[in-house]
Amino acid sequence: MSESALTSSAHDDGSVAHPGYGTFVKVWLALVILTGLLVLMSHFGQGSAVWGLLLITPVKAWLVFYFFMHLKYEGPLLKVVVLVTLGTMLIFFALLFSDVAFR
Amino acid sequence: MSELVQAHAVHRDDFGARLGMWLFLVTEMVLFGGLFIAYSYMRSTYPADFHHAGAELNATLGVTNTLVLLTSSLTVALSIVAIQRGDRLKSMAFLSASLLLGLTFLAIKATEWAAKFHHGLYPNAPHLATLPHGEQVFFGLYFTMTGLHGLHVIIGLGVLTYMLIQVARGRICQDRYVQLENAGLYWHLVDVIWIFLLPLFYLAA
Repeated sequence: MSESALTSSAHDDGSVAHPGYGTFVKVWLALVILTGLLVLMSHFGQGSAVWGLLLITPVKAWLVFYFFMHLKYEGPLLKVVVLVTLGTMLIFFALLFSDVAFR
Repeated sequence: MSELVQAHAVHRDDFGARLGMWLFLVTEMVLFGGLFIAYSYMRSTYPADFHHAGAELNATLGVTNTLVLLTSSLTVALSIVAIQRGDRLKSMAFLSASLLLGLTFLAIKATEWAAKFHHGLYPNAPHLATLPHGEQVFFGLYFTMTGLHGLHVIIGLGVLTYMLIQVARGRICQDRYVQLENAGLYWHLVDVIWIFLLPLFYLAA
């Protein structure tokens, strides 16, 4: 693709730079490669599959949130909204497993 | 003077619209988050049963559907780039591609569920009741989570179809496309949820 990665446009606040086609295609390619890696790791037994799940899946989700869902190009408020939600869910996980571990 | 007042009376707040959409998406994340917590607790309780039941699922179909959904997410993102550049036809083409890929996802999902039903694996099936308790829990979570996700795909397809019509009618255009952005956000979240469902169910064995 010959167009530059970033083109500016006079959208809502005038100063936002929009990513081009190429950026998203690269992110998609990274997602496909990570999916392949995840499948590969699941072939090396249960332990490796769980590590793949814990390490690769969050990276894939982050790529979608950050690029496809434009969080990279948003202000701090939307990022905080998402982080607070993820933090809350992490606390739920921690509370549940701290309970399960000491039964 | 009165014309000027009228022109200013049209209130528009694209950031507010996106914030509202994100707040809704946050509730969706918590909805699925609860199910993910249930899954992780049950898997830690019945590790062997989950491993065994996971082997019943067709990993190839799961991975294929992942690639289909990832690509449909890409085409939604590209349709927004196209509309930002004022290329209406390209935007419509990308949206149509997303719709086709979404339908492909559902078709594969339907094939997969049909095979499970054929093997006596469906909620409340007599055969399911003979399986170990952990496997019953696994299939309960499988049908609940992929079913709820499938429902989101169906709703997402409806929303994207509406967006395609709006772009065609010129209601969504180069300087007014926050609706399309919000529809895209919904579709991408559905994609993220599937990113988690793949290793949890299809690669569990």
